[in-house]
Parts: sequence; C-alpha cells; structure tokens
Amino acid sequence: MALLEIAGMSLGFGGIEVLRDLDFTVEEGSITSLIGPNGAGKTSVFNCLTGFYRPRSGRITLAGGRIDRLAPHRVTRLGLARTFQNLRLFRELTAAENVMAGRHCRTGAGALDAVLGTRRHRREEAAIAQAAQHWLDFVGIPDAAERVAGSLPYGHQRRVEWARALATEPRLLLLDEPAAGLNTSEKEELIALMRRIRDELGITILLIEHDMGLVMQVSEHIGVLDHGRKIAEGTPDRVQNDPLVIEAYLGRDEDDASEAA
Amino acid sequence: MSATTAPAAARSPRGTALTAVVILAALGIPLVANSYQLEVLSEAWFYVLLCLGLNIVVGYAGLLDLGYAAFFAVGAYTAGLVTLKLGLSFWLSLPLAVVAASIAGVVIGGPTLRLRSDYLAIVTLGFGEMVRITVRNLSVTGGASGLVGISRPWLFGYKLSSIENYYYIFLALAVLAVVASHRLERSRIGRAWKYVRSDEDAARAMGINHAAIKLSAYVMGAIFAAIGGCFYAAKMTAIAPETFTFNQSLLILLGVVLGGRGKIPGVILGAIVVVVAPELFRDIGSMRMLVFALSLLLIMLLRPAGIWPERWRWG
Repeated sequence: MALLEIAGMSLGFGGIEVLRDLDFTVEEGSITSLIGPNGAGKTSVFNCLTGFYRPRSGRITLAGGRIDRLAPHRVTRLGLARTFQNLRLFRELTAAENVMAGRHCRTGAGALDAVLGTRRHRREEAAIAQAAQHWLDFVGIPDAAERVAGSLPYGHQRRVEWARALATEPRLLLLDEPAAGLNTSEKEELIALMRRIRDELGITILLIEHDMGLVMQVSEHIGVLDHGRKIAEGTPDRVQNDPLVIEAYLGRDEDDASEAA
Repeated sequence: MSATTAPAAARSPRGTALTAVVILAALGIPLVANSYQLEVLSEAWFYVLLCLGLNIVVGYAGLLDLGYAAFFAVGAYTAGLVTLKLGLSFWLSLPLAVVAASIAGVVIGGPTLRLRSDYLAIVTLGFGEMVRITVRNLSVTGGASGLVGISRPWLFGYKLSSIENYYYIFLALAVLAVVASHRLERSRIGRAWKYVRSDEDAARAMGINHAAIKLSAYVMGAIFAAIGGCFYAAKMTAIAPETFTFNQSLLILLGVVLGGRGKIPGVILGAIVVVVAPELFRDIGSMRMLVFALSLLLIMLLRPAGIWPERWRWG
C-alpha cells in the first residue's frame, strides 16, 4: 500500500521552475530513495512534503489524507518527520532538550499547567524526559543527554537529529543526505540504524542521498530526479542501468558518443 | 560518563541555602531600613517582576520588545479604572488586567510574527508609544494628568497603605515571578520558546506552531507586567501616562540584558542594579546618570552575555 503519494506536483519561484509534474509513490514499510545530480530538486521535494514550500499544482497524500497546503507543524503531527541536509539542531540546548522538541506535538500541557505545576504538567514532563532518553538510547548515544548539542562530535549531532525526528512518532521519516560527512564505519552504522527503524519501529523511510553505494545497498525503490523532473524509477538494479540516469550523472559527451559508435 | 552532569533538577544544597538566606534577608530588611530605602527596594522588587516578564519575550523566545511599558500601563490603568470609574474592588482588577494584557499581547504579537529584528524593534516601539499617547488623549483615563485618588486595596479587613505593606507585596510578587519563570523555563511551552528562538524552521519541522508559541510568549510577558501594574497603581494611588514612556521600556530591557537574557538569577540581579545603582550614585549629583551610563557600557563591553556567569545554574 502506498503511504505517500505525490501526483502531478509542480513547484516554481517566480519564473524559475523547480519541479515539473512530479509523480512519486512511497510504499508503506519500504526504504525508498530519491537521487539525482546537485540542483535536481530533491530537497525541494522534501520542503513541499513538509509544508515549507507550497507547490503550484498537484497533490500530496499521506495515508490517503491530503497534506499539501498544510503548515509544517500540522504535517509533522500527521506523522511525517524530517532531518535536514545541514544539521539544524538547537545548538545551545542539551541533546535531551533537543529530542524533547519532538514530543511537543504529542503532548498538550500549557503555560498555566506549568506555572501551577498541575498533575498533567508533571505527568507529561516525566514522560517527555523518559522519551528523550529512550530515543537517545535507541540511536546509540545514551550518555549525550546532558551535553550541549553544539559541542557533540558531528556524527553524534546527526544522531541527535534522528532521535529528535523519531520522538515525533512519525509514520514516514524523511532523511536529507544523512551520510554527508560521515566516514565508512559511521555509514555502516547508519545503514544498520535505518534498517532498525524500519524493521523494529515499522517506520517507512524516504531518503535523499548522494552516496550511491549506500543508496543501492539500502533502498528497495529509487526515484531519479534531474532538472526537476523524474527521469527514472524502479529497483536499484534497474535504475543503475538506465541510460537516462547514466547520462544525467555522467553527462553526454558528443565525442565519446561518436567514438563508441 | 564523566561528561554527563547531574540532572538540573537535582539542586545543590548550597544553592538552596543561598536562596534561603536571600529570602530571609529580604524579609528582615523592613526592620532596619528607613522609608527611603524601602521605597527604593520596593521598586527593585517591582523591577524584578517586570524584568522577569520581559525575559520571557526577550530571553526565552528571543523576540524583541521595545514597548514593554505598555503592558505595565495596561495593568495600572485597569486597576485605576476598575476602582475609580467602576467603583469595584481592587482585587477584581487583577483578573481583568490579565484579560486586558492578554488581548494587548495578541495585538502586539500578531503583526510581529512575520517580522524580524529591526522591524520588530520599530513595531514594538510604536506600540508602546501608541498606548501611552492613547491614554494621554482619552478623557476616561484622565488625559495627561492621569488618574488620581486610586483607593488602597483591603486584605482581610486590613487596608494596605504603608510602604512596609508594599515592600512585602512587591517582594511576594518578585518571588512568585521567579517561581513562575523557573517552572515555565522547564516546561513544554518554555522549551518551545527556546526552540523557536534557536531555529524557527527546525522547531516548525518538530510540530511546533511557531506563531502560537511566539504569541504565548508575548501574552505571558504581558501578564507579568499587568499584574505588576495593578499593584503599582495601588501603591502610588495616582498614575500618569508619563510613567510609561519609551525610557521605562528601555530601562526594563536594560535590566534583562545587563543581567543576562534567559538566566533567572542574572535577570534578578540586572533588575536590582537598574533600580539601585542610580540611587547609590545620588551623592555625585548631576553626574550620576553619566556614571550610571558609563558603568553600564563597561559591563556590556566586559560581559556581553550579561553579569551572570554562563555556567552557573540557579540552585
């Protein structure tokens, strides 16, 4: 069953067309990737999905309900969480406080509850603190809780961002270039973590990534974007051998083409 | 792991002892102080309340407000109108002031949601001036001469009129403001203020309605000032528009920035400095505001993040 469906989505700013008539589907329980050369519009797709950009046309549905035209916080509440291409942690706050942000949309105590110290406030706060530690444990940095997020090593900061996204209890997790800046062993851990998120938590993953080795290894389904259009889609094997994809990545050289002929 | 510090909730015994000493000393001061000193210290406690209120907006939510005195005015005029024009009990003015301040908070917060830094400064400054000029020109608020003869509140058959009474009232308000700030800071809403301050887009992606959260900061800050304003009216028995000038807003903001935005003990200290320091310099006559200004400049140059040290935690 399709968890996420993008149909006929176009996005533009002024006279610039960023995405053109995009159709794409993410199956529930899958790890799906979106790839393409720099500037192909991948992050724009994420920004449309999460409500940061408003597409010119087309529709986006999450589990059957339309999410285009919704504000970002509403989209998150409906079960879509993201990480950012460049880390967007609350750098001066602790790792635990960062992860607690993910619980905001699943809790409801107000300012008055806090001032009066009501039971609701205390019960929620205890649960929020517990959840924060749980997700830090899950992503493998249990000792980071009280550390200021900006002072953590880069790889750990990435994990805090994952923990924060997971804390929102998403159905679909959008990862924007999660492997950027990681070394080989960290990438291995990342793949393992992605599989645990899907297998243990049942969360569907949509990934944007430049590391082709990682994409081919982990994805079940891949979409390829170039100049804002989908040029190919399918299993890793199929996409890898698609001439349009090879051309988008390597470019077409007239001389090479004639020599080969 | 060594890097893991104790949870912030686990208070150190030294911090608790220090707090107890400060509160005991504050309670005992009226036994030894003269009425001039009590006036100044009452004002200091009042400023603690105002600065902690503004700290919610400026410190936690990272928004600017150059018209904060307007909310203080809303409270003071609500108390004045409720007792003088409606002839009702002073105590009724408190809930009404909270309602009025909430509305004022939304009014100022609404248009500022899309603005950043410079524009936010201009709009909030304008709002502060609008409120002052409005009360100055309405006949119901007494025009430029303001409201005179606001009746003293009664509490358990006792009329609150002496400076000692108001010293304790403002001390109690300051303590309540500290407790409320402390609780808000570690609450779901308090954290959301900090998320929005730190990275608005990331906060929105975490499911936080940034508009509602910013509005709640303005409203909460406004409520602190309005409650303070009610008691200010009761203490002074007369209020005039010229109390709520841009200078007043600036002085409150100064207390917050001087002490250290977002740090409760720092803001308390900043508020006290802003009130007490000019009095200490009174002996040097006309030079005192100059000396005060120079020392403020010096403090900001040496400690740009405020007087209060970065690493210290309350308690």
